[in-house]
Amino acid sequence: MTTTQEAPKQYKVIGTRPIRHDGADKVTGRAKYGADYQTAGLLYGKILRTPHAHANIRSIDTSKAAAYPGVRAVMTGADLPETKNEDGDRKITLGELGTDLKYLREGIMARSKVVFKGQPVAAVAAVNQHVAEEATKLIEVDYEVLPPVTDVREAMKEAAPLLHDDIETVELNEKTGRISNIAEHFQHRQGDPDKGFAEADVIVEREFDTATVHQGYLEPHNCTVHWNDDGRVLIWNSTQGPFNIRDATAQVLELPLSQVKLTPMEIGGGFGGKFEPYGEPIAAVLSKMSHAPVKIVMTRTEEFESTGPTPGSYIKVKMGAKNDGTLVAATAHLAYEAGGFPGSPVGAAAECVFAPYNIANVQVDGYDVVVNKPKTAAYRAPGATNAEFASETVVDEIAEKLGMDPIEIRLKNASAEGTRRADGTAFGNIGCVEVLEALRDHPHYTAPLEGENRGRGVAIGYWMNAGLQSAVNLAVNNDGTVALTEGSPDIGGTRTSISMQAAEVLGIPAEDFIPSVVDTDSIGWTFGTGGSRTTFATGMAAYKAAQDVKAQMIERAALIWDVDADSLEMEDGVIRSKTDSELKMTFKELAGELNSTGGPIAGRGVVNPTGQGGAFAGLIVDVEVDKETGKIDVLRATIAQDVGKAIHPSYVEGQMQGGTVQGIGWALNEEYYMEDDGRMANSTFLDYRVPLALDLPMIDTVIVEKPSPAHPFGVRGVGEVNIVPPPAALANAAYRAAGIRMNVLPMSPPNVMKTLWEQG
Amino acid sequence: MPGKTHVQTKINGEDVEFLCEPRQSLLECLRDIVGLTGSKEGCNDGNCGACTVSLDGRIVTSCLVLGVEADGAEVNTIEGVASPDGLHPIQEAFLENAALQCGICTPGFIVATKALLEQEPTPSEHRIRFWLAGNLCRCTGYDKIVRAVMDASERMAAAS
Repeated sequence: MTTTQEAPKQYKVIGTRPIRHDGADKVTGRAKYGADYQTAGLLYGKILRTPHAHANIRSIDTSKAAAYPGVRAVMTGADLPETKNEDGDRKITLGELGTDLKYLREGIMARSKVVFKGQPVAAVAAVNQHVAEEATKLIEVDYEVLPPVTDVREAMKEAAPLLHDDIETVELNEKTGRISNIAEHFQHRQGDPDKGFAEADVIVEREFDTATVHQGYLEPHNCTVHWNDDGRVLIWNSTQGPFNIRDATAQVLELPLSQVKLTPMEIGGGFGGKFEPYGEPIAAVLSKMSHAPVKIVMTRTEEFESTGPTPGSYIKVKMGAKNDGTLVAATAHLAYEAGGFPGSPVGAAAECVFAPYNIANVQVDGYDVVVNKPKTAAYRAPGATNAEFASETVVDEIAEKLGMDPIEIRLKNASAEGTRRADGTAFGNIGCVEVLEALRDHPHYTAPLEGENRGRGVAIGYWMNAGLQSAVNLAVNNDGTVALTEGSPDIGGTRTSISMQAAEVLGIPAEDFIPSVVDTDSIGWTFGTGGSRTTFATGMAAYKAAQDVKAQMIERAALIWDVDADSLEMEDGVIRSKTDSELKMTFKELAGELNSTGGPIAGRGVVNPTGQGGAFAGLIVDVEVDKETGKIDVLRATIAQDVGKAIHPSYVEGQMQGGTVQGIGWALNEEYYMEDDGRMANSTFLDYRVPLALDLPMIDTVIVEKPSPAHPFGVRGVGEVNIVPPPAALANAAYRAAGIRMNVLPMSPPNVMKTLWEQG
Repeated sequence: MPGKTHVQTKINGEDVEFLCEPRQSLLECLRDIVGLTGSKEGCNDGNCGACTVSLDGRIVTSCLVLGVEADGAEVNTIEGVASPDGLHPIQEAFLENAALQCGICTPGFIVATKALLEQEPTPSEHRIRFWLAGNLCRCTGYDKIVRAVMDASERMAAAS
């Protein structure tokens, strides 16, 4: 069941549900994803990965692999450009996260030390993937195995094994000279928390541990790279960020950016995980060596062990409230695992942890900690879910102690325009209150829930969303259709949501657009599809490009009719005179005249918007806890989210439902199960187990539309925040079902049983 | 390198012959030898269902079947679901219900759904969820997929 609130303004195209432009290709198997790319003379690359989570590399002997029949090239880390001292400070943006060039390069292929199991140490290109795999097994690597540390709390101890001898802990923006696994400790502070807690009538302080989880996109990373004879490096891959990967690959290889051309193929999911180069620089070097195109496709186990998951964390949250429910103070200690190299999303976590609430006295301490696990990457509102799991269960406990309704206490303290986050940023127009009201007013919230061991929980979540750079070109075809070119990979129907915005401006159907996601030589620099930004920012570029076309169409009509352009207007796809009813022409009719009246019309839109505003989503969830086995079943779920304006409501609902279910998987089941030696024990889908259709009910959606003033149609962005509330909402529901306060993720049967024994 | 084996099979109603190594999976043969890349590899260990095809009327994960096992068999893939007359009602239902986001799991879901609805024209929601539990989707949360299957069931009933 779907509830859509009435929009204040009526549109012709926006808010409708056209069939997506790439739909037929995707339901017939014709759509070409990265792994489907084929070309003459293609070689297959295979990466040799370290079996050790922490080791020094003494030597690598590739001679047997190089001599193996069918092998065309073998490389090691020594074949990548050497990292210079100054590279240590060259920051590379990777989606919503970033890293230093030297760490990026080391993660792509180690030279002297490995810091996570699965880190590449060598690679082979051969005539097929089987030969390549066999050859990698002939490479001999002599390791000095070191003790690993895979838990953030252990890694922060003074006696912990050190991953790097050059990570000097940055303490509150100052280099300390102290070498440790703590890359950085930062702090945000508003007001006086000690004073605030002194005024509080109720204080709750809890500790939380959350496991590492993976984005789990169905399509493994892939790339085909050809180091062309003219010196250009040509990449075909599945990526969220064509320009991000192009630039990072060029920097790793020490090439000018323009020497690398990336052609994005269709992409099979990303969720933040497809913003980093993994195979691209390796395939490039192998291609240069072999003088042939080289394709690398990861296995599922390589995905789990070697690509960026989202961090495990240790979190301590303390919150205090007055008897009337006013939250007066809050502190958080956020220790996030960065993986093998610095750069966890703890910065974003600190901005989000208390963001739903207006609290006068707040302190947040964040720690970015390296551990012997794969380097973390972005994952849907990166950092926020861990932190808000903690704060939203503490708020629930305070409500219980005060005898308040959990939505009432949230509404009483809800952030609004002008409220400052912990980092000092003041909110603009946000829909926190509206989301909470939508939950409160939904029939689910007051529906009877009968049966033993069943309970209902709620939680709200915040994420900041992104603006950033996008470009769109439009070309009017002579039959009245419009070709739209853009640089944002389409992971969930954005060809259509972007076209619809241009269609609204021109007053023609969305179906009259022919959208294409093009290569990095063919469109202006466009930040990748992430940060909930594509329909917001690339849509805004399409809006501007359509305005450009509209102005030119009016000018052309003015030329044809020999009247002043100011006397004409264009509405619903018709150009007409404001004064002379005889003068009118449809968009299509005028399009047919273009070549004989001055030539083609093309429009452009380039944007770099800010002020996208924050996103809030809230979840009501009913669960049943099996006290015999510890299994938690989800009975019913309703998500409300402020999306600003839903361009294509079906795909907005899809984002809300998909994020909710990823959050449910994170909450109930998913985890990197780490052995003591630093190996992940469950690196297959069978053992990691993302949610199945059978695990779930329908996911009801409430689209809340509080238009964002930063976008012409009020779009706020929709992709990420929906993953944030599920873990806390499920934990709060489990409390009402079984009387247990879960302080660990996942809330898997063993962890629930342990908690039942401890608390029950 | 091991020698190659001759395989004579029928794919989507057409006679097809190919040479493959005995170790190559049916998925690999379909994608890399026959050129039918609609079946996708998500895990290569039978857990994600993106490579689902029909083999002699039974759905299988083609990554767990050897190419040589297709010899003398009939294989039906996503490429054979639409007809010259247009999309299959299941495909139409997936589009109209927005039952795909990235689309990489969609071929497997459609092949699995077709097998279900051919056997059980009006499955319950629970039955659909049970049947599709071998197909992973990480984007949609399954809601719109389940609705699309129910819609397809109605479309097929109306057409027959």
